[in-house]
Amino acid sequence: MFYMRSDKVFKIVLLVFGFLILFFSIGIFIQLSSSAWLSIKQNGVSFLFKSVWDPNKDVYGALPFLIGTFITALLSVFLSLPLSIGTSLFLSDYVKGNFSNIISSLIDLLASIPSVVYGLWGLFMLVPYIRILENWLFKYAGFIPLFNSKPYGVGILSATVVLLIMILPYSISVIKEVLKMVPDDLKEAGYALGANKWEVMQKIVLPYIKSGIFAGTGLSLGRALGETMAVTMVIGNRNAVPTSLFDPANTLASVIANEFYEASSASHVSSLIYLALILFVFSFLVNFTMQLILRKINTGMIKK
Amino acid sequence: MRKIKNLIMTVMISLATLICLIPLFLLLYYVIKMGISSINLDFFIKNPKPMGEIGGGMLNSIVGTLIVLGMASLIGIPFGLATGIYLAENKGTKLAEWVRLSTEVLVGIPSIVIGILVYSWVVKTMNTFSAFAGSIALTIIMIPLLARSTEEVLLMVPNTLKEAAFALGASRWNTQRMIVMKTAMGGIISAILSSIGRIAGETAPLLFTAFGNQFFSTKLFRPISTLPIQIFTYARSPNVVQNKMAWAGALLLVSMVLLLNFSAKWISQALVKRSKN
Repeated sequence: MFYMRSDKVFKIVLLVFGFLILFFSIGIFIQLSSSAWLSIKQNGVSFLFKSVWDPNKDVYGALPFLIGTFITALLSVFLSLPLSIGTSLFLSDYVKGNFSNIISSLIDLLASIPSVVYGLWGLFMLVPYIRILENWLFKYAGFIPLFNSKPYGVGILSATVVLLIMILPYSISVIKEVLKMVPDDLKEAGYALGANKWEVMQKIVLPYIKSGIFAGTGLSLGRALGETMAVTMVIGNRNAVPTSLFDPANTLASVIANEFYEASSASHVSSLIYLALILFVFSFLVNFTMQLILRKINTGMIKK
Repeated sequence: MRKIKNLIMTVMISLATLICLIPLFLLLYYVIKMGISSINLDFFIKNPKPMGEIGGGMLNSIVGTLIVLGMASLIGIPFGLATGIYLAENKGTKLAEWVRLSTEVLVGIPSIVIGILVYSWVVKTMNTFSAFAGSIALTIIMIPLLARSTEEVLLMVPNTLKEAAFALGASRWNTQRMIVMKTAMGGIISAILSSIGRIAGETAPLLFTAFGNQFFSTKLFRPISTLPIQIFTYARSPNVVQNKMAWAGALLLVSMVLLLNFSAKWISQALVKRSKN
């Protein structure tokens, strides 16, 4: 009798917790939409394409932040790709045992360092060097539009470099997992045919893990889109559409972190929440898609 | 030709690994070098002095961080464990798959969005920034992390153990409590520690919830100072003395987080060793 009751309670309690999590994701969307409703009504969808953000004049457009977010995120993901693929291969096929484990845990440490500490380090240690690099590029390659603005140090380039470092452990851990799934006999067959290590990697391993690399990059893109503190500290916080890599800019997350607690007018607050809603939708879509892909890889539906 | 290409690629791949590790060492080196000079007894037992004055410490932020983290763990641990157990117990059912997918998606939600959310839910309703609101924000980040790692740990418990318990007439609840949880205890503790480590450094969700406080406060329903927020404020200050404080705070925060992570790893490894013997 008591057995039955405790079992039922146990089951129901677990079910409630499961449901709560499920509804939570939907709740976030509803809450953000309702808090942003004022701005959604005022600005509509054209909010996304307006390039002026000036709280003093009560004009709000998200374009500068969308561009800032996507440039820094895509650029850092793109630049991190060779590094993360290289490192994953190194850890899975080039070294073995303890040494590989030690390096793996060191790289995991990168993920555990708080974002605000990356920001602090970036601001005081990295930005001065990036300023030197920018000045040099400006002087000798300033005719290229990407390098054609006054270097401050803080800006798109600094944010990209910091993001690049921060997302590395995430894509590496995903790619490493997928690498484990490459069957040994495939590789051995390659070696038996006389291929050397790189040829096996290039012709057998890399094609096999293509979709895993895609998912890993996607997940790190999701992280890069939403990264807040470190980016806020090194991006220079300027509310205009950036025209060069050296321009100070803002991302969706950084403008929220910067302005939210100073925002006094209702339309300013709800426009910032509108930005948060956009950020939420983007990172939701990216994460959701990548999780579905990873799941398919895990169940073996995609072989190549 | 083929050999040369192989050699070049081997070098490139090793180089890539090296490039990934360099920032870690540089960062740790700078945090230690810059932080150690400002860490002294005062740092731990004194509150901050007004800007411009030398001396003072970060006592209020240290205590604040402990309060916020403690409260977040208090709510987050049972919730996260229960969700994890639910996922492990109901593996394969449609609903559990959806729940799992939503925990994975929740992990990916930018923490600043969580901050805004808790601002709308808690801060607006209670009409004040508070330590409580900060803890809720951290709890929301902690739950999916803990749920996922708990599930992983529980799935490693051999099914035969559970079946043996059922065969003896134990209920699901009792099996879970006496067999599964006991077997997986080490893994669960390590999952808890590393999820606390993850939320300890979170800054963005605290910006509009715990907010910050210049003064010493232990009140749950008042704004409270925390280490990450204080590091952020001091880092952006034009004042050199405060910049130094930011480095000292960063050193303390990084040590805390690394300590939590190392002990989590150590516990799980020690248990693996014990079960092998």
